Amino acid sequence: MTNSSVSNLDQPPAHPPTPGWIALADGTRFPGTLFGALNPSILEAGGVQSVGEAVFTTGMTGYQEVLTDPSYCDQIVTMTAPQIGNTGINGVDNEASRSHVSGFVLTEPSPRVSHWQSDQSLHSYLVNQGVAAIGGVDTRALTLHIRTHGAQMAVLGTGDFDTLVDHARGAPSMEGRDLTGKVTCKEVHAWAEGTQGWWDGVDAIKGLQGAQPHVVVIDFGIKQNILRRLVDHGCRVTVVPSTTSSADILAHRPDGVFLSNGPGDPAAVSQGVKTVQELLGKQPLFGICLGHQLLCLALGAQTSKLKFGHRGINQPVRDEATGRIEVTSQNHGFVVDVPSLPSGVQMTHVHLNDGTCEGIAHPESQAFSVQYHPESSAGPHDSGYLFQRFVDAMTGQSVK
Amino acid sequence: MPRRTDLKSILLLGSGPIVIGQACEFDYSGTQGAKALRQEGYRVILVNSNPATIMTDPEFADRTYVEPLTPEVVEQILRREKPDAVLPTLGGQTALNLALEMESRGVLAELGIELLGARVDTIHKAEDRELFKALVEKLGLRCPRARTARTLEEAHEALKEVGFPVILRPSFTMGGSGGGVVYNREDFDSAILWAFQQSPTHECLVEESVLGWKEYELEVIRDSADNFSVICTIENIDPMGVHTGDSVTVAPAMTLTDKEYQRLRDASRRIITEVGVETGGANIQFGVNPDNGDFVVIEMNPRVSRSSALASKATGYPIAKIAAKLAVGYTLDELRNDMTGTSAAFEPTIDYVVVKAPRFAFEKFPGADPRLTTQMKSVGEAMSIGRTFSEAFQKAMRSLEIGRDGLDSLLDRVDYPRLAQQLRLKSVGTDESSPLSEIPLLATRPGTPGSVSAADPRAPGIHAKEISPDQVHPHQGVPLGELRRAIADIIQTPLAERLFYLADGFRVGLGIEEVHDRTKIDPWFLHHLRSIALKTNRGPTAEHNPQGETLFYKVDTCAGEFEAKTNYFYSTRSRGGTLGGPAAGNPVSEATVADDKPVMILGGGPNRIGQGIEFDYCCVHAAFACRELNIPSVMVNCNPETVSTDFDTSDRLYFEPLTFEDVMNIVAVEQPRGVIVQLGGQTPLKLAVQLAEAGVPILGTPADAIDRAEDRERFDALLEKLKLKRPPGNTATSVEQALQVTKDLGFPVVVRPSYVLGGRAMEIVHSGDDLMRFIQAAFDAVRGAASQTILVDRFLQDAIEVDVDCVCDGKQVVIGAIMQHIEEAGVHSGDSSLVLPAHTLSESLLDEIRESTRAMALELGVVGLMNVQYAVQGDDVYVIEVNPRASRTVPFVAKATGFPLARIAAKVMMGHSLESLGYTKEIIPTHVAVKESVFPFHKFAGVDTLLGPEMRSTGEVMGIDQNFPRAFMKAQLAASTALPEKGTVLLSVRDGDKPSICKVAQRLQEAGFSLVATRGTADALRQASIEVDVVNRVNEGRPHIVDMLRNDEIHMVINTTEGARAIEDSKSLRRQTLLSGVPYFTTAAAAEAAAQAMQEAQKGPIQVRSLQEFAATAG
Repeated sequence: MTNSSVSNLDQPPAHPPTPGWIALADGTRFPGTLFGALNPSILEAGGVQSVGEAVFTTGMTGYQEVLTDPSYCDQIVTMTAPQIGNTGINGVDNEASRSHVSGFVLTEPSPRVSHWQSDQSLHSYLVNQGVAAIGGVDTRALTLHIRTHGAQMAVLGTGDFDTLVDHARGAPSMEGRDLTGKVTCKEVHAWAEGTQGWWDGVDAIKGLQGAQPHVVVIDFGIKQNILRRLVDHGCRVTVVPSTTSSADILAHRPDGVFLSNGPGDPAAVSQGVKTVQELLGKQPLFGICLGHQLLCLALGAQTSKLKFGHRGINQPVRDEATGRIEVTSQNHGFVVDVPSLPSGVQMTHVHLNDGTCEGIAHPESQAFSVQYHPESSAGPHDSGYLFQRFVDAMTGQSVK
Repeated sequence: MPRRTDLKSILLLGSGPIVIGQACEFDYSGTQGAKALRQEGYRVILVNSNPATIMTDPEFADRTYVEPLTPEVVEQILRREKPDAVLPTLGGQTALNLALEMESRGVLAELGIELLGARVDTIHKAEDRELFKALVEKLGLRCPRARTARTLEEAHEALKEVGFPVILRPSFTMGGSGGGVVYNREDFDSAILWAFQQSPTHECLVEESVLGWKEYELEVIRDSADNFSVICTIENIDPMGVHTGDSVTVAPAMTLTDKEYQRLRDASRRIITEVGVETGGANIQFGVNPDNGDFVVIEMNPRVSRSSALASKATGYPIAKIAAKLAVGYTLDELRNDMTGTSAAFEPTIDYVVVKAPRFAFEKFPGADPRLTTQMKSVGEAMSIGRTFSEAFQKAMRSLEIGRDGLDSLLDRVDYPRLAQQLRLKSVGTDESSPLSEIPLLATRPGTPGSVSAADPRAPGIHAKEISPDQVHPHQGVPLGELRRAIADIIQTPLAERLFYLADGFRVGLGIEEVHDRTKIDPWFLHHLRSIALKTNRGPTAEHNPQGETLFYKVDTCAGEFEAKTNYFYSTRSRGGTLGGPAAGNPVSEATVADDKPVMILGGGPNRIGQGIEFDYCCVHAAFACRELNIPSVMVNCNPETVSTDFDTSDRLYFEPLTFEDVMNIVAVEQPRGVIVQLGGQTPLKLAVQLAEAGVPILGTPADAIDRAEDRERFDALLEKLKLKRPPGNTATSVEQALQVTKDLGFPVVVRPSYVLGGRAMEIVHSGDDLMRFIQAAFDAVRGAASQTILVDRFLQDAIEVDVDCVCDGKQVVIGAIMQHIEEAGVHSGDSSLVLPAHTLSESLLDEIRESTRAMALELGVVGLMNVQYAVQGDDVYVIEVNPRASRTVPFVAKATGFPLARIAAKVMMGHSLESLGYTKEIIPTHVAVKESVFPFHKFAGVDTLLGPEMRSTGEVMGIDQNFPRAFMKAQLAASTALPEKGTVLLSVRDGDKPSICKVAQRLQEAGFSLVATRGTADALRQASIEVDVVNRVNEGRPHIVDMLRNDEIHMVINTTEGARAIEDSKSLRRQTLLSGVPYFTTAAAAEAAAQAMQEAQKGPIQVRSLQEFAATAG
């Protein structure tokens, strides 16, 4: 009998391990070994393999979810957990059909895949997805540097330091960039798949639902687990591209509109903000992450960039209504400024570590949103009640 | 909710003596708890019978009771103190059980005392297997399927439900004997019938086999507002079937996807909620099927546990402290993370890998079954932190101090074909006389330097393809194909050294798949272990850090997201910092070069028999001394159970192996004003000379003085100079020489290796019959050591042993205490019970002992602590051993006299005179304290309980009272030996003890006990006009003594014996005594003490008194 968990799925790399660097715009460089999808001709001559904003995420599980989370678009993501790739890549942990990160930085990429679900190794996935990566990096030194000096543009590459650093300096910063167009879906489509047995209590939730509320999801770069969780809660889901007009959205006759997460600077997503403004008060609205920021901008609040963001699956948030603490999954570099929240907007959730805004409600227009990721994936399942809250709003129960 | 103001006083229950499965981790949790509660302004009353703990230091509580942890005693304390609440969740199973007992006695209700941390129904739901299983199933989760069967028919019914493979667990057998795994119907019937036969109740649990499933533990906390956090996830390298305490474990989990992990987290949350743990920590164990992710719930502890201590050290999150604060009303969001100042309501995340490895002591228990099962057998553990699994794993092996640098090869010292053969035999029958016990499964020998590695030209190469299966292995003497098969067979059985065996398997060409098939260890781990074994573990990192420069990084609970104010470090060589020009900076170490000239304290490493919590206690006191003197302290240790490795015990903590190299790396960073080596036991002491030679200032007693005390010739010269006596004897480097020395001395003699810890391979030899065997054993024990010398000394028969602890500042000597052993010379001092003050020695003898001690301390130039062991034979005082370091008795002395000897000694080492510290004279208390040892015989079926020169106790208790018999009685009770109040006592003693046993019998008779004795003993008693019934020895026909024990007709046993033959003959008696739970004494002196105590007991029940009260009235 062949035990699937035993077979080593690693394929020989397309090129020998190549010493390289992650170079930051401030001139700091960290050595490592490049792997994943590398451009051979650049390898030979020396130069930049990929460009992005250097950020770190502290989750110890869920690297596949990170790789496929569209909110990481144009970012070079450092995993602070040192052993990455152990469980390979499988067909069920994807948050999007492809990876959107521009680089992946690791301490020790796993030389061995061991997991019953895995159908390819991390390395081969990165090669297939065209993602450059660097292993053997002192990710703690890099993380402390980002913590101290802030998230900044960076490159992965080989060759002359100064060239690499110049390239990082020349890259456009995250601020002012609307990246939603890069990651949104091209076509309107329906979504019908739930979490397929990986979530507790889904059957019970479904048993409670009467009508199937119709949710139109504006896809700014959505994580698929949000869609799965909506389906788990009995929703009929239609996903529309980020540029869809409010009129077209309403033409779908939704019971509620969902504003998805996504990459980049929310303030730059002006069309999205306009669409949300037009939808306010028409139907219940629920936003997550970028969707939360767009809702707040639409309500008149402002956003700004955090020094190095909140990225991880251990972030404590207090629900101001109940006082309960949720351990949440987060991935955001921008944040809604608390003092800018207009009257009529309640801050419903607050980050326990730095007091930043993690959720708001605008009862007048039956709209609410959270900065964090209640769909988890990766991360704890503490905040799933928000999906029920949305369903309740759509089915005529009031938003609490 | 903030802190409760309706509570004023809280009683904290400790866990008692260190035993296998319950070690210093509960001192760590109890100390944290006591500190936290007092910070909150509560009056804390503490009960623990273990004097070696920090928690029982009088300054940690308002009232400290070092009293037996029995229901009667705890009830008495509750009635006396009337606390508002009891907190039982920080003291292990012992405390939890006591709380349940107090509840069922109605004491809590009667006195209006609240149980904090866990409600009674909560404890029941978690601890009662049936209730817990029902609860788990109600939640839609599942436990392994199981049914109890009493007949073949019932077993077949059970089988239908459970399915193959099935585990058979006969009820009420020790160490799971008679059980096993059955894979098919063909074998089932014979196996179940065998299992029934093994069970005294003729019952067997037929259980679904989850052997080979991956095993995980989640350490979780929950507060009264239903906030919940997972502090740490731990993955066992050994799959299900090996107790997690005996398994090498890794944090965080390495082989789960997020979905799998979150499913376990969800299950944990639902279970802890349903069980009802509302304020504190818990741990929940799961088995996960590696083929499809299915999982089962194995068990839950509704309290802080050994794993909680590990999780606290692994993440930096102080679980016990937080649990204590939750218990008094706080919610998690009201508490701060001590390290970062951020909220305590979060889940720690780590950017390194933690490996915990168990330390075993099978060599101390010949006859014990060395197979690892679901019953814990290890006596200690080491933890290590590295940036990668491979780094952490190798550091863990180094930390264990078993003479290994990593996965060293054992091909030159383990006879694999023979081991395979013996394991095959073992799997057929399962009687107690295991052939396994004859082979050195723990192949380490003391002082064995590096071994043959894969790089050794004699060892076959590392490339499996190049090895022909016909090539004969140079060390093993068999073709490689056969060797591979042998190792593959061996590793099917979980053994202490299995990871070393499988590494050798890789070396001789076994593949990962085959090793996985045999062991079910996850291939991810096997891949790394193979790389380590074959030294191909060259990550992409190596080339960037060619110098292997050591860097120190912080443990900060948050993977670097926030700045940690605390200084908890680990080293890594895997990679450093940035690279490039000046702008890039050099490799970054978070432990910046200190210029505050700290004092560095070297800890004791993993617990083992002979070196345990006592030494950690001393190291912690050194840190306290530094704090009091405003000197920065640096602690180095690798034992996660301890108080010393709490990050707030010292100013800076390095969680590191205690090898010379590792210590020097820290020295390079810290530039200490000096290093304290004399408080952590042998571990740091062994480094003293090397450190001194490397120019590291040693605080206190110079390294040369240590050598002078240890080197036989130099020590003899010292004694001669001081005109002190030692037992006559000599060294021998050959068997012939040893025989000659024995002939010159005459029997009895003590034979031992020159280098001994805890009396390893030490024997008292009474006749020529045994001599050769023991001489051989002693030489075996020194094989490979630097000095292949054994010592043969005259054994001082019937001598009284005396332990003395003193402090010397180089000019003045203050005796800490003179302690008299209760057992006569010949029982290892660590196993003997002792009494303080010495109760039968004359004042002139005591003065002679004081004078000798002073003379030796001054002559050696001791600055700090010194321990001397004397033997008093008649009026002659002999010096047995001098150790210029902290001894095992230091904490006991501190508790008995009220003076913190270790702290005073540490200050002396830092340059203060005894005069300036105001400690100038010996304290002789007016009360009496007795220290009694606790043994792990219950865990090792087939092991003789007879005490001897080889130390085997794991822990100790103290009895303290107004007179010797009452203190002795308390000590016995605390050591779980409840002396009977009435009934029958069996006496069977060797000839030499017959005179003294008459007095014992007299006392027992006066106390109303009936006596039975074996023939010879009965004759002696009758001659002394003592009434006694004769009972048959086991070989004299039935009914015999073992029958009587089985029928519960005997209530106490006094059995002394000598000579290999007689010892072997009476072993079944001692085993049965143990199994029957009957108090037993194997020396006449202890029997005399017991008899006195039993007489005294008739004058009235135990009276409790706190240390603070004793101190108020002390001499």
